[in-house]
Order: sequence, then C-alpha cells, then structure tokens
Amino acid sequence: MKLLMLGWELPPHNSGGLGVACYHMAKAIAQAGVDIDFVLPYDAAHPDTEWMTIHAATKQIPDQRTEGGLAYSGDYPTLRKLQASYITHVEELVRTQEYDVIHAHDWLTMEAGVRAKELSGLPLVVHVHATEFDRSASDSGNPLIHEIEYQGLMVADRIFAVSNITKAIIVSKYNIPAEKIEVVHNALDVTSLLNYEYDQSTYRYLESLKEEGYTIVGTITRFTVQKGLTQLMKAAARASERYDRLAFLFCGDGEQRDELIQLAADYGISDKVYFTGFVRGKQWRDAYSVSDVFVMSSVSEPFGLTALEAAHHDTALIISKQSGVGEVLKGIFRYDFWDTDKLADQIIGIATSPALLSSLRQSAKSEYLKFSWNDVAQKCLVNYHQLRTGVYA
Amino acid sequence: MSRGITLYLHVHQPWRVRDYTVFETASHHDYFDGNGENDRNNGRILRKVADKSYRPMNALLKKLLDTHPDFKVSLSITGTFIEQAEMWAPDVLDDFRALVETGRVEIVAETYYHSLAFFYSHEEFNRQVNMHRDKIREVFGVETTAFRNTELAYNDQLAEWADQAGFQAILAEGWDPVLDWRSPNYVYRPAGTENIKLLMKNYRLSDDVAFRFGNREWAEYPLDAHKYQQWMEAAFGGDAPIVNLFMDYETFGEHQWEDTGIFNFMEHFVANWLKTPGNTFYTVTEAANADEPRGEISTPHTITWADTERDLTAWLGNSLQHETMRHLYALEEDIMQTGDIELIGDWRRLQTSDHVYYMCTKWFNDGDVHAYFSPYESPYDAFLYVMNAIRDLRYRLMQHTRYGGM
Repeated sequence: MKLLMLGWELPPHNSGGLGVACYHMAKAIAQAGVDIDFVLPYDAAHPDTEWMTIHAATKQIPDQRTEGGLAYSGDYPTLRKLQASYITHVEELVRTQEYDVIHAHDWLTMEAGVRAKELSGLPLVVHVHATEFDRSASDSGNPLIHEIEYQGLMVADRIFAVSNITKAIIVSKYNIPAEKIEVVHNALDVTSLLNYEYDQSTYRYLESLKEEGYTIVGTITRFTVQKGLTQLMKAAARASERYDRLAFLFCGDGEQRDELIQLAADYGISDKVYFTGFVRGKQWRDAYSVSDVFVMSSVSEPFGLTALEAAHHDTALIISKQSGVGEVLKGIFRYDFWDTDKLADQIIGIATSPALLSSLRQSAKSEYLKFSWNDVAQKCLVNYHQLRTGVYA
Repeated sequence: MSRGITLYLHVHQPWRVRDYTVFETASHHDYFDGNGENDRNNGRILRKVADKSYRPMNALLKKLLDTHPDFKVSLSITGTFIEQAEMWAPDVLDDFRALVETGRVEIVAETYYHSLAFFYSHEEFNRQVNMHRDKIREVFGVETTAFRNTELAYNDQLAEWADQAGFQAILAEGWDPVLDWRSPNYVYRPAGTENIKLLMKNYRLSDDVAFRFGNREWAEYPLDAHKYQQWMEAAFGGDAPIVNLFMDYETFGEHQWEDTGIFNFMEHFVANWLKTPGNTFYTVTEAANADEPRGEISTPHTITWADTERDLTAWLGNSLQHETMRHLYALEEDIMQTGDIELIGDWRRLQTSDHVYYMCTKWFNDGDVHAYFSPYESPYDAFLYVMNAIRDLRYRLMQHTRYGGM
C-alpha cells in the first residue's frame, strides 16, 4: 500500500506537538509495511526518517525563531502563499505517482488533501489534531480557517479526531455526522525517550530550592491563548498567597510571552516564576524531570501529548477538563481551565502532602503506557483498508 | 557682577547584565561578563565610548582649560565607570586626573553605584555615598563639596540629608511646576535646610545641546555658537547670576556624534562667551556661593531630569521595575551580613538604575529614547536576566547560610 501523507512539520523543525505526532504515527504505519510519501512545506534535513520519502513542497528554510514554527505562524498572508505552493506540489505528486490513500493533517494541509482527492479520486482521511476553535480558545477564530476546516471535514471520507473532546467539537461546530469520525488518541513513543539520564545539572537553582523543600510546578507549551497560561499564572499567585514553598517553571515561547512576564510581575510573584524560552533536548527533558507537578492548563486541548511525556518523567499530573488526554487517565487531578481557585487548591494539596504526590506520580506512570503508536497505526490501517475497498469495490 | 555658566557633566557606565538565563542561574555567577559583538559586552562598549566621547572630549576640555583661564567645569564620575575605565581605558582616567589637576574642575559627589538606594534604604545609600567619596579621594585626591543624586532624583528629604552631611550645594532639575514663576538662573535654598544651596538645571538650554543639537527635524537646526550665545544672553536677562547647564558627559561624541559638529560648537561657544567682560564659568560649588539664595524651594515630590514627566516613572513606573527593586533590596540585610565582598559588590552593581531603566515600557514619546539606550531586545528580556541574577544572589546567599529559600 502506498500512502500520501500531508503534514506541515516534523522534528527537529517542529514548533509544537503536531510534528511529533505526525512523526511517530508515520513511523508506526511505515513499520506496518506501508510506503509513505510525506509532504512538507519547507526544505530541511530530518534525521531518522529513511523509512519514508519526504517531499519538500518549497525551497523555503524553516523559521529561525523556533527552528520550525510554520504551523503556528501568525502571519496569515505569508502562510496562505506557502499553502498555495504546497497545493501545487501535491497536485504534481498525485498526477505523477500512484497512491492508495491520502492522509492530511489539520487545516494547514486540508485544502491540498481535498485537491488531491479531486484530481485522483482517492479516499481522503482528514486528521484533526486541533480545530480553529481550539487554537483561538473561543467561538470566534479566523473565519477563513473555519471555512477551510468545514470544507475539508465535509469532503473527507473519514475523519480522525485525537480525542472525544475534538470529536464533539467537530460534530457540534461543523455539523459533521458522528459516524464519519473515528477517535484516534495519540501516543507516546517511549523508545525515543531512552538514553537519558537525569543528572540535575540543568536547573541548578530549582534543584537547590527542592532541597529546601520547594515543590516545582512545571508546564511546557506554546505561549498562546489556547494554552490557558494566564489562568495558570493566576492560580500560581493564588497558591503562593497561601503556601510559599512553590516555584513555577514556564517553558516555551509564543505571542503571550511578554504578557505572562508582565502578569507575574503584576501578581508580585516574578521571583517564583521561571521563564526558560523554547527548550529542546536535555533542557526540555530536564524541565519535566525537575518538575514535581506538571500542569496542562489548556482552554481547549484536543489531545495533549506533553502530559504523557511528563508522566514518563515521573511527575504528578494536573490536567484541565478541556484537554483530551485527560479523558483516558484516571490517576490525575482535573479542573475546569477557568477554575483558578481549584487549581491553586490542587497545587497546594500536592505540595503539602508527600503521600499524595507520590501516589499521583505512580498512577500517572502506570497509565501513560497504555497509549501506543502501534495501536494508532493499526487503527489507521483498518480504516485505510475499509476506505479502499469502499472506494474500489 | 559676573555672569557665570555652570557646566556640569555626568560620566557614567553601568555594569550591564549579559543574557543570563535560568540555565546558568546557580551555576555561573558572572552576570556582568558579557562578551561577543553585542551591547551587553561592557568592555566593548567602554572602549567604543572612550574613542567616540571620553578621549576627544577630555582633549577638548583640557584645551579649553589651557586656553581660557576663566573656563571651569564640574564632573560627576560614577564608581562603576571608574572600575570599567581602570580595566579597559586607564588612559581616560589619566586624562580626567589631568583635568582635575588644573584646579578648575570640580568633582561632584553621588552614589558609587549610580543607584536609587535613597528611595529604598538610607543606610545603603549612605554607604554608597561614602564609597564614592573614598574612591574619588583615592583616584583624584580631592574632596567633594556638592552632591547630585542618581538621575538628578531630588526631593526635600534628600536636600535635608545633603545639608546635614555638610554639602554646600545640591543639584536638581529646574522643572517649571516646582519653580512656578521663578527662574532656574538663581541660587535657591531647599525647604527645611540651614546652609546648603540648590542649583537648578536650565533644561531648555541644557537640552538644546544634549538632546536637540543634531536633530535635523528641529526648527532651530543647525545650532551654532552665535545663536546659542544669544539665547544664553536672553537667559541671563538683566541680573541673573548663573545659568546651569547639566547634561550627560556622553552628550559629546556618543549621544551627539562628532559629525554633528558638537565638539566645534562647544569650543567656539566657550571662546565667544568669555570674550564679553564679566562673563565667566563657575564650578557648581562656586555657583552656589556666587549669590545669596533668592528664595526657598519646596519639592515634596521627587523630580528627576528624565522624560516629559520629570519623575521616576522611567525607573519605577511599572510592576517589572517594582518587582526588581523589591526583591533586590529585600536581600540587603542578609547580603551585608555575609561580609562577602564579591557577593555584596554584585548585589550593588545590580542596584545601578540603568537596569530598571531598560525595563521601561513607556513606549510613546520618551520610549524611543529608552529604546536607543537599551542593550536588550525588549524590557522583558532585561527583566528576566536581572531576575535570574537576583535569584543567583539568593543561591549564593544560601551557600553562605545553608539556610533560607526564596
């Protein structure tokens, strides 16, 4: 079987979870014996991708600021131009190559997927990692993107949603029949997390605070409104009022960065809040390891892979009820993203009870492995076969 | 009666904090050792400004002193500048010494670290003033008799302190709301003081040189010595005894580049001014004693020489700045108790007002000035680096006490 997969980023040139999910999904599908042509909008080297063929739709090099970042670029006209070039390239591919199925990830590649289906008559899977409703964290968002998503979801032969939360949004906001949508939870690739030893050398100051009995509350994310970080900052201030041995590690970058720095100062907790900027490699992994508690504060999070990564690094988890990954984990704290008092309460509860912290750590650790990319690949394959027989029978 | 211009130039360089991240906090303590081709490299900046400003301006001042027996000038030179000049441009310090040795250059007292300590800790403020006095004595062999506070930040309380400390003169901005109908071109008595005299900056004539001189958009551009002399005559009017020109030393060659003609302008202006009999220059202490106080000036609220508001908001106007100062001065007692000279020195270097100035978020009107003077990409970057440095001070403190926390 030959698969045309339409993506927007892959590690190490990713600015977020989309690239990571695409990478591991493609790898598991390839290991199941599928030939994959993977299309990207930019031109760069991607180590450890020899099991598929990567097509660069343009000669553009990845954004310097995040060494990726294209997926979340705020510059809409530039993005549209890039998408147009991407579509042209995909058209060329389906004209010259034989495929069995087209698998498009998110609105960024949906138009290209629709166009490829038009030209080839092949079945189209649209994979929804996030909708514009999630990204804008509101009912507004960019109407043009809503329109692109609507058309893509309508035209698709099958839709993969990364959680029940996302499926519900697709049904309620876009009036898509629920039967067309399959929930495919993401997973964590543990093999890519081997070869790591935590030596406590990266965050020396935080380590010294831990020795003094501090609890480190961490988050690793893009600093955008979708992630609910202003609410997390408010909860940090509320918690610090009542319990002072807390420190908060904010890893990442994004358009809310200055606002968050300002907010911490306004709340008078600047000295308790640590901004690292964008982290990768050891700094990224040590950020999980140094954290006792990982908070996913998203206003709207279709899945939330970082929670599983955090669990792998032995943290307790507090996850907003608006985050998909929370729907299949039991040993975690949940709260509504707006309920900052409850979040503050949970943080203090964990910080003041070693027994609670260790029990939450253990349950997260025992649960996160039930997500596997091989299961995801098997689900994809079943659907590809159904679609193919449906189309060609 | 003589008519005297009080030319006072302020010499300062801060110890800028390098891009000091979370990852270095508690493992490297070298916040001030920036290197590379950027504006956080203190040595690079000092060498650059030495070439553009300190060397040519000192040469000009020496020439003016040698040529005109009536030419005088006052300088305030911060401890942080002297430290850096000792490291990277010792010849500049020799030049300053040569100026002082003419006997017609007065050194003005201030805080060693160019800090706003007066508003946070009088004890620390006193220590820094004493440190500065000792350093000036050591480097120049002179005693100070006039005081200026960082950024010309001034209020009645400061005047009372300076009076009790025995200073003969103190400097302030000649700001209209404070002067009301009065002119800055007389000597005044600060409210609540016995002996000290208040000298107020003529900001129009000062800023014509310091800020507007090279501005091609300015209606009066280009400013020449003749035109400036006419304005000066008008300022003295019938009987005013003094005109106080206070500005950054770096006006000459750094803020106004040589190609604006600033050095030529100055040379010609001084020569022209002294041609008229009765015209002279005063040092600040001479100016204070040139006339009896013409009245009392009360300044309950702090004024400074910055921005259109002439207040402290460029340094203490937003929560980033307040947080920085709060956490910094909260360490005072513990830091002092360690007796660790390096730790105390680093803590003091962080008190230099420039650090919080770089965090200013007043973007409009004044903001462009702030952006020009900031070595950082944004006020938020400046804030994060300084906060990390403050946390590192805490860590070093913990190493001393093996006790504590945040």
